[in-house]
Order: sequence, then structure tokens, then C-alpha cells
Amino acid sequence: MTLHLEIWRQPGPEAGGGFVSYEMDDAVPDMSFLELLDVLNERLERAGEEPVAFEHDCREGICGSCGFLINGRAHGPLRGVTACQLHLRHFEDGERIVLEPWRARAFPVVKDLVVDRSAFDRVIQAGGFVSVNTGSAPEANALPVPRADSDRAMDAAACIGCGACVASCKNAAAMLFAGAKVTQLALLPQGAPERRRRAAAMVEAMDAAGFGNCTNERECEGDCPKDITFANIARLNREYLAAKLTR
Amino acid sequence: MAGIALDGKVPAGALGEKWSRHRFDVTLVNPANKRHYSVIVVGSGLAGASAAASLAELGYEVSCFCIQDSPRRAHSIAAQGGINAAKNYPNDGDSVYRLFYDTIKGGDYRSREANVYRLAEVSNAIIDQCVAQGVPFAREYSGLLANRSFGGAQVSRTFYARGQTGQQLLLGAYSALSRQIGLGAVTMHPRHEMLELVVIDGVARGIVTRDLVTGRLHSHAADAVVLATGGYGNLYYLSTNAMASNVTATWRAHKRGALFANPCFVQIHPTCIPVSGAHQSKLTLMSESLRNDGRVWVPRTQGDTRAPAGIPEAERNYYLEERYPAFGNLVPRDVASRAAKEVCDRGYGVGATGQAVYLDLRDAIDRVGRTAVEQKYGNLFQMYEQITGEDAYQTPMRIYPAVHYTMGGLWVDYNLMSTVPGLFVLGEANFSDHGANRLGASALMQGLADGYFVLPATIGSYLAEGARAPAGTDHAAFRAAEQDAEQRSRRLLEVSGNQPVDHFHRELGRIMWDRCGMSRNADGLREAAARIPELRERFWREVNVPGSGGDLNQPLERAGRVADFLEFAEVVIQDALARNESCGSHFREEHQSEDNEALRNDADYAYVAAWEHRGVGEPAVLHREPLEFEEVHPTVRSYK
Amino acid sequence: MRWLLDLLSTSIGKKVLMALTGLFLVLFLAVHLYGNLYLYAGEEAFNHHAESISGNALIRIVEVVLFLSIIAHAVSGVQLTIRNRRARPQRYRVKRRAGFSTLASRSMIVSGSVVFIFIVIHLRNFFYEARFGRAAAGESLYRVVSETFALPGYAALYVIAMVLLGVHLAHGFLSALRTLGIEHQRYTPVLRGVGLLLAVGFAAAFASMPIVFFVRSLA
Repeated sequence: MTLHLEIWRQPGPEAGGGFVSYEMDDAVPDMSFLELLDVLNERLERAGEEPVAFEHDCREGICGSCGFLINGRAHGPLRGVTACQLHLRHFEDGERIVLEPWRARAFPVVKDLVVDRSAFDRVIQAGGFVSVNTGSAPEANALPVPRADSDRAMDAAACIGCGACVASCKNAAAMLFAGAKVTQLALLPQGAPERRRRAAAMVEAMDAAGFGNCTNERECEGDCPKDITFANIARLNREYLAAKLTR
Repeated sequence: MAGIALDGKVPAGALGEKWSRHRFDVTLVNPANKRHYSVIVVGSGLAGASAAASLAELGYEVSCFCIQDSPRRAHSIAAQGGINAAKNYPNDGDSVYRLFYDTIKGGDYRSREANVYRLAEVSNAIIDQCVAQGVPFAREYSGLLANRSFGGAQVSRTFYARGQTGQQLLLGAYSALSRQIGLGAVTMHPRHEMLELVVIDGVARGIVTRDLVTGRLHSHAADAVVLATGGYGNLYYLSTNAMASNVTATWRAHKRGALFANPCFVQIHPTCIPVSGAHQSKLTLMSESLRNDGRVWVPRTQGDTRAPAGIPEAERNYYLEERYPAFGNLVPRDVASRAAKEVCDRGYGVGATGQAVYLDLRDAIDRVGRTAVEQKYGNLFQMYEQITGEDAYQTPMRIYPAVHYTMGGLWVDYNLMSTVPGLFVLGEANFSDHGANRLGASALMQGLADGYFVLPATIGSYLAEGARAPAGTDHAAFRAAEQDAEQRSRRLLEVSGNQPVDHFHRELGRIMWDRCGMSRNADGLREAAARIPELRERFWREVNVPGSGGDLNQPLERAGRVADFLEFAEVVIQDALARNESCGSHFREEHQSEDNEALRNDADYAYVAAWEHRGVGEPAVLHREPLEFEEVHPTVRSYK
Repeated sequence: MRWLLDLLSTSIGKKVLMALTGLFLVLFLAVHLYGNLYLYAGEEAFNHHAESISGNALIRIVEVVLFLSIIAHAVSGVQLTIRNRRARPQRYRVKRRAGFSTLASRSMIVSGSVVFIFIVIHLRNFFYEARFGRAAAGESLYRVVSETFALPGYAALYVIAMVLLGVHLAHGFLSALRTLGIEHQRYTPVLRGVGLLLAVGFAAAFASMPIVFFVRSLA
């Protein structure tokens, strides 16, 4: 099949960028989207040109490295799928496809489709943990956790930190990301002692990183490759408010 | 290093007491002094992140490096199935001793008893630690932790978080690491690749890294260097490893004097999605938990092209169940992989390439219903459909073995220290506790055991006793190492040939898979040994690495890693040739019984093969660490 | 009070302020609508009601809170919008809807701004006239209202503003609840229904008055 790619090329963080067109007439429906870029890049490398920089690692949808906008959707048109798991059989022969990096003040472009997502790490460093030192843990079964809570904690914990929620949000907000972590740890008794401090600290880190704020439009959920639900954001609001009103 | 005697430093005493005695015997570092010791941790997967966090909690000054943009993305994240521990919650007869015994036996008696016992011993504390961090393990309705049987174990000792156990454990370790970064106790360097180990007077003193964004080289000095850089499965090009997984850090350390142990022990995982075409960049694992409920089969007729549903029961060959009635579909990975290869080689394979067998959950769906199967494996079915476009509820999955894990790695003693004093190696990067074959759900256990519990207990002894000459990064050895790294990059950029890096990687992978894969023979290995230097030479003549060394240059990163694979491959072949026996993952066709089972040779090969580097293209020198079995007596591993 | 200022400086804090003031304004709309419905009861009833509330001390206090709420709601709305625009300095060339956003949710700042402008004009025309202008000088407030509604420009502005108020509420009501952390898979759909009902109800009821009075003026 043939695909027409229009890819954002930007040599470096400070440099300006623009779209460059590439004709791919050797695409195969069984290819993943990233393998299509591999084919393009091999072609460019053979010609001595710089290949398109894009982030990727596990290529099985769990590391959260990959991701860019594919025709205006983070990770492309399918729900619950990362770019690496998106196969070309979901595109039409002859389709024109525009690829853009995540765009957010908190995620500056490093090169081409690669952005710097270290702001997410800073949000976690602010409070996305349980303060338990190695060795000081009690016996694992000492504290039963209702299965429903544990399951919901797992739903939230499935976040891969790819940044699609920020990319998709019209405000470039990181509320789904932060909300998922806050929810996971708030639902478990192990996370309870720090839940107030955690919510407050993570929201402050989020603001400091330059993310926008949530206007409750639920676009993030639609582009999240792990189907993290929007309800996590309401919980973040709740946890944060409780933290601020009681501390 | 010619007359080197490999001392495993296994503590004296009864097996069950070695670890606790050793912990008492090691020299402790005064709490107030810990902050005067600096430790470099390279890698941020389960082993690296847990080590960095735990060392920082103790008070050491820690720097941690990873090649990804965030420590949370290390390849440990992709582990699906679970983590073993000897909790015996299901009351089905498990114990520390049984976990130890299963692991030794599963490794085909090619691992160190004391290490494996310690691994089983600390396994329970790992679960406690992870639960305390908020890892959402699966639970029963009672609210207590759930277990499942996994990958050839006859007890249910595997803890899991849906099909994302590795992710959840890594995020737990990452959260502990993040906490220490936030507290300023760990300095994190993401997007930094270690290119050289700096050894001064025979002691590891630091590393040289390349900042992958700016291209700048940096020297980092420390009192100890810890490598937790994972395995080298990408030597085979196609593997279940992440694209960036590589041998560079351990290989460069090897070139600076650390012995490389058992490099030919490479695990080939039986349940992966088969190759679909030439564009394929990696292989995807389907958790082998599927083998708990799925049945593996091929048609009884060669080249049968009927749709699987149209093949009647009598014409299906459930070859694992037939050959191994006791373990059936749950035989260890090496046995299952080899059996798949064998039926495909004999022409019974299915799918377009004939390089696949069926993994069929039909009977399980009939027995417990689709909903129950969906609950257990839903995400795997989904993943299978995304990749193949097929609905595995309707038609059986097609699977084929793929390179998955490397048991070999840098040689370490009981303290996890390599043959270079001050250089510690953890997780998959060391030659590990898995012998010649790793059991399912044991990799996560080992990575976290090393990082949370073993290294923090043993490194203090080295730091307290080690003669410390404060070597700063202004030392000439750092300059020299920087120059080496710099020159290497420049050389790669200057070749300006006409072939992309992947071209050579693919070819190397092909050679390794064909000649040093699931089964090996002397002729094939010799052929590979001849072709690898030739390929390496072509690489350095024809490769094209565009761009400059002064910014983010992904082809340059890959080129450096492939260049190292091209050197490393030779020692893998050499190891495979030298081991004239079949054991675990290492199946030498010359050494098999009449019914094609592996023939181990304990009289001559019950040792760890540790290789010493003598220069690129030069044969490595073999050092042997004899394996003594005081507790378990090696028997023929039978799963019939 | 430090904690309060602290809270109001963060993004969620500002949103909470928006949510609380927004919900308060919804409550006010209900009271206001109740009063306006006297228009349909005739001149005497309406004027009587108007006098009774303007003499009420409690109402006077609530008025102050109301003005402050409108200002706080508008100011923090503008602040948050600016912050959000800054969070994405470079726009996408192609952006497609992924989830559940609506025209209403995407245009809150537009609908809010129009309603705000309307409120200013509205206050000048009615509140000022009632309290300090013609009605305070003894004229019938009912007459003031019916004369104003007879102006085609004003009637049109009023109707347009009420439609946009409805659009604003269609997203705003549920959004405010979510910002306050109220979200439940069982109750959220109900609350969404309540929000839509309020949006349509307020818009239709308020807009009916200028329409009816304008049509009457033609007769």
C-alpha cells in the first residue's frame, strides 16, 4: 500500500521546524506504524540523510516511550492502542497522514517527534510514592485490601506515562497522569498515610512544570492508550481539596 | 590475569545459614560515614532502580544513569507474567527450599547453590516490600494476595498484577527511586549512555557517559560502580527485548577486565507471536501463563493448510502432552521451545511461514466460559488481535519461540562483585542465579533481590574495606577513556558507507539465530565464528551513520551498540563451542539421547565458564569456576 | 487565611473557586427566574414583588456576594484560560476530537464572555433603573421592563445571551461538580441530565420573556 506522510522535522530544541512530505509506496498492512518509520529511516540513512527521530523502545505498548500525533490523534485513530501497536491495516491505501510531536510548554521538542517529558518525572518525584524504606515493610498479607479497591487501583496504575493525555488535552493538562497515580495510592491502605500530602505536592509540581488545567472535557480519556478513565481527575480534585482544607 | 582463580566467595556454613551469617560477618559502614561514599548505578530497571533507591535510603551518595528519557521506561516494564516467592499462601507445599530446588533444577544444575538459596530466601521480603509501595497485586475476595502457578512450577507461588507485573514492580521501584531523587539523595541522569568503565590500578573508579541529547561526553567518578544494564538478547536482532536493550555497558566493562560468564546461555521463550515479514523490528511475547489453560498442537499431517477449526481432534498432535505427560503444556521454556522448533523443522508448522504452532484456548473457553478466560487473559487476546488482526477467541493463536532472556552475563561473586574490584553487576546483566535456563517469574525476583536486598548488604563491606584512593575525574584514566569513546563515535560517523546500521544487525541476528539459537552444533558454530569477523569488518567499511555526534543521533546510538554486538558475538560462539554438552537453553545436537532429550555432562562441564577478553578478534581465555553441589544432587532433568 | 490564598493561587484552587461561584450563580438564576415569572402575573404582582425584595436587608447582602461571585468567576475564568493557552504555545496543524468534548465545553470562554457583557448591560437597564433610576423615582418597574423588551436590539441581545447561557451551563454545571470531585459512575449520568435540564430550562424560561413582551409590543 502507499501512504503519504507529512512529518514534523525540527533539528533541535532551539531550531525552527516544519513539515516534510515523504511518499511511502512500500508499506505493508501487517506493519506497525513504527515499522513504517523504520522503513522510511532506513531509506533516509541509505541516502545519507538524517532519519526521523522518534522515541520508541519496547514496541509492545507498555514502556510509554512512543507517541506522536497521527492525523490529529495522540497514538492515532484507534482507542486503547499505542503508536507501536497501531498497524497499517487500519489505514486506507493512498491515505495522507500528518505526524506531529506532542505539543506542550511542559514537553519541549528535543528533535523531530521526540519531546522532553521529564516534567512527568518531577510530578512523581514530588509525591507519587509511598515513603517506605527497603526492609521496613510489614508482612504482605497483614493488611487485606478489598478486591474491588485493588482492581480499581490497578486500573489507574496501568498508566504508562506516555504523555498522550497532555498532548490530547486542549489545555495541555497533566491531570489524568497525576490523577491516575493519586487514585492508585489513595485507594490502597498503604498509600493512605500520605494521601493528603501527596495530592498537594503533585498538583504544585504539575503547576510548576507549566501544564494547563483540566476543563473537564474528557478528551484525554479518548486518546489514552491504557484507557485510564476521566474519573481519576475528579478524584485528584477531591484529594487535593481535602488536602488543602484539612492541612 | 592468566592464572586467575575465580573465588565465588561463598560463605561457609550450612546452606540455610550462609546468608544470615554473611550479613553478620560483613563490615558495616558507620551511618554517618555513608554519605562520604559515592556509588554510580547504571540502569534503572528493577535491579538498578531498586539498588539506587535502597542505597540512597542507607545514606550513600548515588548517581543513577539510564538511556531512556525516564527511569520508568527500563525494559523490566515489559515483563508480563509474575514474580515468584516462597510465601506458600496457597498451602500447597511450597517453601524456600522448594523454590531453591526448583530454580537449581530448572537451571539444569549450572548455577551456584548458595546464590540460588539466597534468592529463594529473600523472595518473600520482596513481596512485602512491593505491597508496601502500593503495587496492586491481584487479590482474592478475602482481600488477601492471589497466586497462580506459572511456567512449569507445580506449586502456585507466582504473584501477579494482571498481565503487567513487570510494569507494576518497576513503577514501584521507580517510585522509591523518584522519592530519593526528590529528596536529593540520588542524582538522576536520564538519556545518558555509559560508553566506558574507568579502571584505575585494577579498581573500578567511574564511568564515561554520552549525553544522548547534546552528544557531550561526561566523566563520573565514584567509589563503586554498579551495572544493572540488562541482557543482550538483541544480539539476535529479533527478540522480545526492547529496541534499546544492548550489551554495551557490560561489554565495555568486559573489555576493561570483567570476566563474562556463560554467554551462550540464551533463553528462547516458547510463546511469542511469530514473525510476519521482513519489516519486523521485534517479537512480542505472549505471557506463558497462557500455557496454564492453553493447549499446544500442530496438525498430524505435514503441510496441512486447513483452517485450525476444521481439523478434527484425532488429527491434532498435542505434542507436549504426548511427550511429557507429567508436565504437559507446562514444561520449562527450553523444553517447550525446542519441541516447537522440532515439529516445525519436520514440516508440521502452521501459518504462512510454517514457523508456528497453535496455542489453543478453545477447551478452556468451553470449560470455564469466555468471560472467565477474558478476565484472566483479556489483555493478551487484545494484544494478539492488535498485532495479527485475528480474534483468538475464535481461532487458536499461532506462536513460535523467540529470544527472550540471557542467563549469561558478567561473572560475579556471592557479593555480586565482578572480577574488577568495585564493579558490581545486578539483575540480568550478571551471569545470574538461573544457570542454563531461567524459570518463569524468576527474573523479576532476581532483579529485585539483587537491588533491594543483596547489594545494599554487600557493597558496604567493599566500601569499608576497600583502599580508597580518591580518584577525581581529572585523573588521566578518565581523559583516556573519554578519548576512546570519542574516537569510537568519530570513527562510526566517518565510515560514510552505504548501508544502514540495521542491515548489519539483521545479518548478525540471522547468523546467531540459525547457528547459535535453539539448537547448536559444532559445524554451525564454526561457520558462525568465521562469518562474524567478516561481517564486523564489512560493518566498519560500509556502515552509514548520518548526522553528527553533537546532538540526538539515534543511528549513532544504534551503531555503537551493534558494533559491540559484533565483537561480543564471538565470545558467545566460543562459549557455545567450548561447552560440549547439552544443558538448559544450550542444546548441542551432538549431545542428545535417542529420544532427542538433552544430555548433560556433569563430569566435565559442571562449571561456570568465565571468559577473559584478550582483544577484539582474539580468542578469549576461559576460566572455570567449578560448581559444587552440596545440597542438591544433579539428576537428569525429566519432565515426563 | 494563608492557606486560602495559597489554594486560590493553584490551578485546581482557581477551578474550585470557579465551580463554587458558578454553582452559586446557578442558584441565583433560580431565584431570579422565580422573580421574573411575576412578569406573567401582571404589573401589580411584579412591582409588588420587586419592592419587597429591594427592601430586604438579607437580599442586599446577598447582592454583594453575587457581584463578587460574578467578578471572581470571570476573573479566574480569564486567568485559567490564559494559563491554558500558555501551556500550549504552539498549536497543532491537525487536531481531531478524541473523546467527549462538545461545542459547549470547547467554547466556555466565548459563551462566558458574551454572558458577562450581557450582565453588564442587563444591570444597567434593570438593576440600575430599579434601584437608582426610573423605578426608584416612582415609575413602574414593569413598565421599564416591557419598554426595554420592546426594543428589538435589546430583545435580540437578551435572547442570544440566554441561548449562550444555556450552552455555558450545558458544560458548566457538570464540570463544576467534577472540579469539586463529584464523580460516580452511577450518579454522574443523572447529574449530566440535571445539568442539561437546567441549561435548557433556564435558557428557555428567561428567553421567553423578551420574546413575549416584544411580540406584545407589536400588537
